[in-house]
Amino acid sequence: MKYLDEYRDRDVAQALIRRIAATVTRPWVLMEMCGGQTHSIVRYGLDRLLPSPIELVHGPGCPVCVTSLEMIDRAHAIAAEPEVIFTSFGDMLRVPGSNGDLLRLRSRGADVRVVYSPLDALSLARANPTKRVVFFAIGFETTAPANAMAAFQARKQQITNFSLLVSHVLVPPAIASILQTQGNRVQGFLGPGHVCAVMGFREYEALAERYRVPIVVTGFEPVDILQGISMAVEQLEAGRAIVENQYARTVARDGNRVARELVGDVFEIADRKWRGVGAIPKSGYRLRAEYRAWDAERIFDVGAIDTREPERCISGSILRGLKKPCDCPAFGKECTPQTPLGATMVSAEGACAAYFQYGRRATREVA
Amino acid sequence: MCLGIPGEVTEVHEDRGLKFAQVRFGGITREVCLECQPDAGVGDFVLVHVGFAIARIDRDEAARAWDVLEQIGQTDEVKPFKDDNPFRGAP
Ligand code: SF4
Repeated sequence: MKYLDEYRDRDVAQALIRRIAATVTRPWVLMEMCGGQTHSIVRYGLDRLLPSPIELVHGPGCPVCVTSLEMIDRAHAIAAEPEVIFTSFGDMLRVPGSNGDLLRLRSRGADVRVVYSPLDALSLARANPTKRVVFFAIGFETTAPANAMAAFQARKQQITNFSLLVSHVLVPPAIASILQTQGNRVQGFLGPGHVCAVMGFREYEALAERYRVPIVVTGFEPVDILQGISMAVEQLEAGRAIVENQYARTVARDGNRVARELVGDVFEIADRKWRGVGAIPKSGYRLRAEYRAWDAERIFDVGAIDTREPERCISGSILRGLKKPCDCPAFGKECTPQTPLGATMVSAEGACAAYFQYGRRATREVA
Repeated sequence: MCLGIPGEVTEVHEDRGLKFAQVRFGGITREVCLECQPDAGVGDFVLVHVGFAIARIDRDEAARAWDVLEQIGQTDEVKPFKDDNPFRGAP
């Protein structure tokens, strides 16, 4: 178990694995919903340490990965407009659209800049009054308060040369969509801890009840993940389906009230297309009507954008838990982090990229 | 891209009516908006995502989380170079 050896709380982790082994009596499929959890699982080889009846599949937990190709191409078109300074997080600028990534666009003369925070993009707009500063606002609920604050401040201070290209995604509708998938295999979820730190988990309670599925709000450290799995397996074995909070040291049932109110003031729920997965109703945020003047999608008319994903990419099945990265014939061959073909390889947090980075070749090797 | 990163508040200030802090991550310090964690003060530890404090945590939690985030390569967001665990000092 060479990976776990590098982990400080290895003994606690091993005790949890023994506990899970003592509980489980039949096969169960669990899905984690956070790219950080995916990374931890693959990095420490947790899935291989679990007793074999338990299978972990990796959900659409990386917001960079699921940003639609259409939206990325729209970002490219906007970045190429005159007087535009186009900004986003470093990860997002490296994701290839139909014609390379945004950083390559920069080498062809576009003003594309990496910012640490959306508020930095707002400062950039203040400092460059003759330029039009656009921030590519992507992310799950964790990122929404920061993006909302940038929009809120832009409106309050009437900074009119700033706008946001919003492509926000939400976790609960994605869970519902996965559970409605024909042939769904997922029987329990590890909920995303930091998303719930912001939003709380009341919405997850409705999902657990409606779909009779256990959801355990879980942190990202190996001990957290193993404990989350243990709690989910105990529920499944006992025929229960409720929301439990493994990560209570950070997550409260109602989340962060100030952050939720800020998000609600700025954004409203909208349909959203997810890369690899397709359209999911009411699964994203867009700016409210009062923020029209700061909405890059309305300000920049770049026309209709038509995109096609490579047919051989199976990332849609991976993100729904039907397949694993190693089931893809292109994995590690035509498709690598340097030449990604689909959603789950485009960012380091995607499942295909994590498998590639840690040298996974077969779906379930003997540990 | 979806995780908060732990840091220590080293100074608090206001800018245009908003609460901000200097927060130390690894070798570098960044400005972080405290509007959603208004009670955090100097010496407190916060989980920060894209320049925004989303939760308060304690020092042990911060140190543990930092170790794991380092090992899974998730501290790049705040930190342009490799460094020791800022909460434990040099190994
Ligand atoms: S390896 Fe590449 S082509 Fe295959 S599923 Fe993953 S992203 Fe798609």
